[in-house]
Amino acid sequence: MGGSFELVSFPFTGDRAAELGADPARASAARAAVETGLPDTSAEVWRYSPVAELDLDGLRPVTAAPEHPIPAPAHYDEEVAGITVAATVTVVDGFVTSIDVADGWRAKGLNISAEPVSVPALEEPPNFFDHLYTAFAPDGVCIEISPDLVVTDPILIRSHLTADAAGFIGLQVRLGSDSEATVFEYQTSEGGGLAVPMTVFDLGAGAHLRHTYLQDLQHTSWQVGRMISNVAEHATLSSGLLAFGGRYGRLRTDTSLNGRGAKGELIGAYFCDGNQILDYRTFQQHAAPDTISDLLFKGTVDDEAGSVYTGMIHIHPEGAGSNAFQTNRNVKLGEDAWAWSVPNLEIENNDVRCSHASTVSPVDPDQRFYLHSRGVPPTIADRLIVAGFFEEALRRMPVVPAARIARALISDKLDHRLASR
Amino acid sequence: MSELVIDQLAVRVGGKTILSGVSLTVRSGEVHAVMGPNGAGKSTLSNAVMGRAGYDVASGSMRLDGRELLALETWERAQAGLFYAMQAPTEVPGVSLEDMLAAAIGASGGAAGDLGERLQTEAAAVGFDLALLDRSLNVDLSGGEKKRSETIQMSVLHPRIALIDELDSGLDVDGLRTVARRIEQLTESGMGVLVITHFPRLLHELKADQVHVLAQGRIVASGGPELALELERTGYGDYLEDEPPVSPAASRPQIDDPFFMG
Repeated sequence: MGGSFELVSFPFTGDRAAELGADPARASAARAAVETGLPDTSAEVWRYSPVAELDLDGLRPVTAAPEHPIPAPAHYDEEVAGITVAATVTVVDGFVTSIDVADGWRAKGLNISAEPVSVPALEEPPNFFDHLYTAFAPDGVCIEISPDLVVTDPILIRSHLTADAAGFIGLQVRLGSDSEATVFEYQTSEGGGLAVPMTVFDLGAGAHLRHTYLQDLQHTSWQVGRMISNVAEHATLSSGLLAFGGRYGRLRTDTSLNGRGAKGELIGAYFCDGNQILDYRTFQQHAAPDTISDLLFKGTVDDEAGSVYTGMIHIHPEGAGSNAFQTNRNVKLGEDAWAWSVPNLEIENNDVRCSHASTVSPVDPDQRFYLHSRGVPPTIADRLIVAGFFEEALRRMPVVPAARIARALISDKLDHRLASR
Repeated sequence: MSELVIDQLAVRVGGKTILSGVSLTVRSGEVHAVMGPNGAGKSTLSNAVMGRAGYDVASGSMRLDGRELLALETWERAQAGLFYAMQAPTEVPGVSLEDMLAAAIGASGGAAGDLGERLQTEAAAVGFDLALLDRSLNVDLSGGEKKRSETIQMSVLHPRIALIDELDSGLDVDGLRTVARRIEQLTESGMGVLVITHFPRLLHELKADQVHVLAQGRIVASGGPELALELERTGYGDYLEDEPPVSPAASRPQIDDPFFMG
């Protein structure tokens, strides 16, 4: 299992599943991947994705933890290196290469280990990438927070994908009742390759998880990931999803609010340019009374880049008294850039308060005029307005250093834009 | 000594003529008031002078110290020395007053070194709560706070000529007095003012050297401060022809946004 598993079925297209070894579950998942094939973009959940362009033959299997130092990405030293953390975990190509828990937190009951992530049953049949994960994932990062433990310092997970690697990146966080933790995942890559993150959160009653995932892959790398969260009564998941890199970066989130008063807050910010496509699919299940969903996704698309936001908020018959808010706003900078935004609601109980809003628009001409009328040149005005547009989301990021890096990365993209015009 | 010379300016908005031959000259230290009923084209005048998209100059000219403004973009007009204090200043989320002014000063080649300090001083001078300086531009500000913010910006940028649109809206009597004092100080140090209002009593607080009545797209009367007093008594009725005034809705460009999805 795990790091010793021989990954021999690459390229994925051949029927070499029998060589996968002694683990029948992995072998059967590998076979299923080959049988299922890449997703069909005529299916609604894969529409607008360039998944058919994924070059499977160009991916490099990784069979053991690479001996590879993780580089410090841009702005890392200024914004992250100095912060006090409860633990630092490094992951290369999905393999956990180090776990460093501060002694004080270990003594108080913070437990981090490398173990297989137990993926809950999916709502829909597993897709190609799910099967690959099952077949090839090494042990993931497993974080256990004891009941009542409040971990005030963030847990930093620094994850890196080496050149052209296929990395299956597992993370499981289990919070005992009334516990609290902050998890900051920082994903980078060297170029090319495919990252398949599988993130599973289980929040016990009254627990609070603050989480931010910062995706800053190279523009030639791919990501197709999932985040599956189960939130018990009066527990709160506050998750920030930041995406700036990737040729195609996709994340599907499934949040089940299973107990009375459970809350799921998702705050997203993304900026894609060049030929990037960033793709979010969010599913919120209100399966208990008085549950709260609060989603805010803000994005900017430039050049020929595109973004997809499709959200589904489903209020079950048991969801009386629930509140659900879903907002996606996009600024379209480039003439040829595009943003597809579809917030959906499915309501099976009338005693609820729901709202959804979605906009895709160029930079606001009135805001532009206001800044111009003060003497701010157009390119700088647009830069200020776009950076300012993100602030509503960045100020709500559950992990503050991640928001600072996001600001710097947005700045870099806007500077690059200015320099190229 | 600066002067803004508006000469026979005709402006069309959405294909409709709103101004048809307006001429005005504003010099350093002078306060000119352009008054008129709703829909007379007052805001069109200030928007056209600033070069806002959708306000098409059909004929005439506008020169600031001899330089033709028509050839300049809005930001260049501002850099040349114009300032536009808006009737309803636009909210710009996530951008602070200081960020914007630093960018404006930076673009002019100036140094914004002590800008934070200057903002504090100017804010205090017009009774603007210092805590609001960190807010996003005009976001969640009351009408009066927005007008104070416009005045702070004017003080910091120190334009040659300021266009001030409906200064009184949102300000209470004390606020209006405070802001008017600050503007008068700026005129004493050389700023020229073109103030636009439909409300003659504003001029009790901001003394105008010259008053112009704009009706149906033209200046139909000009005079000294006594003209404002007369308007206060008689209203604009004498200056209106039978033809109804242009509706305010028609004087603003409609911008279609094909990307908006409700």
